[in-house]
Amino acid sequence: MTRAPIIELNDVSKAYGDARALERVTLSVGEGEFLAIVGPSGSGKTTLLRLINRLAEPTSGQVLVEHQDVRLADPPALRRRIGYVFQGIGLFPHLTVAENIAITPRLIGWSKERRAARADELLQLVRLDPAHYRDRFPAELSGGERQRVGVARALAAEPKIVLMDEPFGALDALNRDAIGRDYRALHVSLGLTTVMITHDLTEAVLLADRVMVVHEGHIIEEGTPQQLMTAPKAAYVRELIETPRRQAARLGALLKGGAP
Amino acid sequence: MNGLDPRIQDALARLPDYLGSHVLVSVSALALGLAVSLPLAILSIRRPFLRNSLLAFSSTVQTIPGLALLALFYPLLLGLSALTGKMFGIGFSALGFLPAVLALALYSMLPVVRNTVTGILGIDPAVNEAALGVGMTRRQSLTMVELPLALPVIMAGIRTSAVWVIGTATLATPVGQTSLGNYIFTGLQTQNWIFVLFGCVAAAVLALAVDQLLALVERGVSARKRGLIWAGVTGLVLIVAAALWPSYVRPQATYIIGAKTFTEQYILEALIEERLQAVGLASRRRDGLGSTIIFDALKAGDIDVYVDYSGTLWSTQMKRTETKPREEVLAELKDWLAARRIEMLGALGFENAYALAMSRAKADALGIRSIADLARVAPRLSIAGDYEFFARPEWKALVDAYGLSFREQRLIQPEFMYQAAVAGEVDVISAYTSEGRIAQYDLLVLDDPKRAIPPYDAILLLAPGRASDEKFVDALKPLIGAIEVKLMREANLRANGKGGDSSPEAIARWMWSEIEKARK
Repeated sequence: MTRAPIIELNDVSKAYGDARALERVTLSVGEGEFLAIVGPSGSGKTTLLRLINRLAEPTSGQVLVEHQDVRLADPPALRRRIGYVFQGIGLFPHLTVAENIAITPRLIGWSKERRAARADELLQLVRLDPAHYRDRFPAELSGGERQRVGVARALAAEPKIVLMDEPFGALDALNRDAIGRDYRALHVSLGLTTVMITHDLTEAVLLADRVMVVHEGHIIEEGTPQQLMTAPKAAYVRELIETPRRQAARLGALLKGGAP
Repeated sequence: MNGLDPRIQDALARLPDYLGSHVLVSVSALALGLAVSLPLAILSIRRPFLRNSLLAFSSTVQTIPGLALLALFYPLLLGLSALTGKMFGIGFSALGFLPAVLALALYSMLPVVRNTVTGILGIDPAVNEAALGVGMTRRQSLTMVELPLALPVIMAGIRTSAVWVIGTATLATPVGQTSLGNYIFTGLQTQNWIFVLFGCVAAAVLALAVDQLLALVERGVSARKRGLIWAGVTGLVLIVAAALWPSYVRPQATYIIGAKTFTEQYILEALIEERLQAVGLASRRRDGLGSTIIFDALKAGDIDVYVDYSGTLWSTQMKRTETKPREEVLAELKDWLAARRIEMLGALGFENAYALAMSRAKADALGIRSIADLARVAPRLSIAGDYEFFARPEWKALVDAYGLSFREQRLIQPEFMYQAAVAGEVDVISAYTSEGRIAQYDLLVLDDPKRAIPPYDAILLLAPGRASDEKFVDALKPLIGAIEVKLMREANLRANGKGGDSSPEAIARWMWSEIEKARK
């Protein structure tokens, strides 16, 4: 399956002083694709994501979004057309749920009525009752509810691209699964292109179309979830898939009712 | 009000004037301070060098005692005014309002700067990142996220600053700005403790009220309750309006009478005011002025009339070190003043000289009659002087003439000096010859055989241009040569008493009746 590339990184390196976060990374994300980038902390995966919307600038190499070099784009304007779900959610504590969701539409000058309607629409989309939630403040919400609002905010200005930085990391297993599946459904129905950062391989293979493993600033493995689970090449990846495979085998045995 | 202590009645009668001026100067200083420090603090957030310099500067300002800071602004502005006068032909009044507002505005900076910086830098970096991530520009991030989130901390800084300014504004009195400090300074000088207490309580109540109203505004803003914001703002506006209302309805005074910071000056100021009122001239008082500030203020026309002493001007203004007889000093001084367009209307008739005094019993025991006698035993004795005495040329002249050297030198509030000498806490004091307590406490004024201390005739000085104001001059002329030292001592002694007849106004009325009796 080939798709037209919408995000491209060509030979991109990024160093912070002497510390090299990324080294000569090249990748391309097709339109409508759901790409998961997996790696341990410090692997450079968050830097990779931040390069796409210019929250970080590459030391060398080129980043293209919708065929345009991002260095030619005004950073705020670029970010307004890319949805972003933050690690630790990043809701504004002094704004209500509806105001948080409608923040980017406000920045691009939507009318108040249109913003309110959009906030309600998105609350429904992430399965929160607008009447109950729109005027609440983030501090009054549970972790799962906050993350749903975070997803709604990323989608508010109708972006084609959504970047997600460990979006479900802080949630309990049930919420994590439910919100993950809900988001995957939105990704398909809205025709989004999604790049998701996670350290959890299971989450990556369950949600994404393609998975990329980053280790010490390099992409060490790339493929569909099935390729990765059945024929991993890198030693680190084999190690990484060992746990979920064992768990799956155990669960499968339990479901069949047999003894381990 | 009839049942009240006359001093409380007096204090209440002055409240509209003092409170109004206090509120005006505090609000102006706070507004100016905020207008400067808020933008500067915000500008400095992402500029570490500017931020550190700003914090260092405002902290340094805070280490300067409030009184000194206020006093420093007077000569500064005076120089500036002379400069603009020369360059553009427009000078401005360097006395009162302007130095007070500028000094207090500087004083208000630290809490606002520090809290704004701390408040904004203390915001969770994840929130800042989110602000950029959703597509805000730096400016939008500041106005939509950082400032609203830092608001409670910034408001806390503004509240601290408001309380400081309102408290410190009481120190604006010596630079000629009327404030609630007038109660405190007048009260300290005339030993009117009710006045002192009244001034402190009034300033504290004002500060607390403003603080609480600002707290109300803050809570309204962060909880988004319009009612609270309006209640707070309305309260603040009401305080300002109520305080400023009397100065709008009161007729503008044409003549301003100055006075230095001691009892005799308050009495003479009241006497001058009484004379002006008697001929229907409106006047206002600017009392509690520092010794050199008051002369500069007269020269600049900021005040119209006050009483000074020939010896003071002889040494501090004319910079003369030799001593001459009374009449010669007066004649030379009159010419010197005339060259500066200041009219010396005449001498009032008494001297208030510096003199060294000690308890009669101790002087007898040590066999001291004159300063020459004192010099022999001085190394074993202690001396106390008022705040300026040891820095004055008279003291240097005494030391040079007699070779004085004491075991210990102390500064003391003039009002407590006489008791200290009687109680034996100090051996020698720098007394004033017109002071009533010299006789009351049976102190011995030491002879000055080498005449090291110049004569100190009380003289009435008029600001440039006022000498041709006939009605004004005629109202004051009856005071010339009319006050003997005995009368002044008695008046000063009365001021130490208690009750309604110890107020400067009551004593001034009594003095005038005595002067009239003597003329008949």
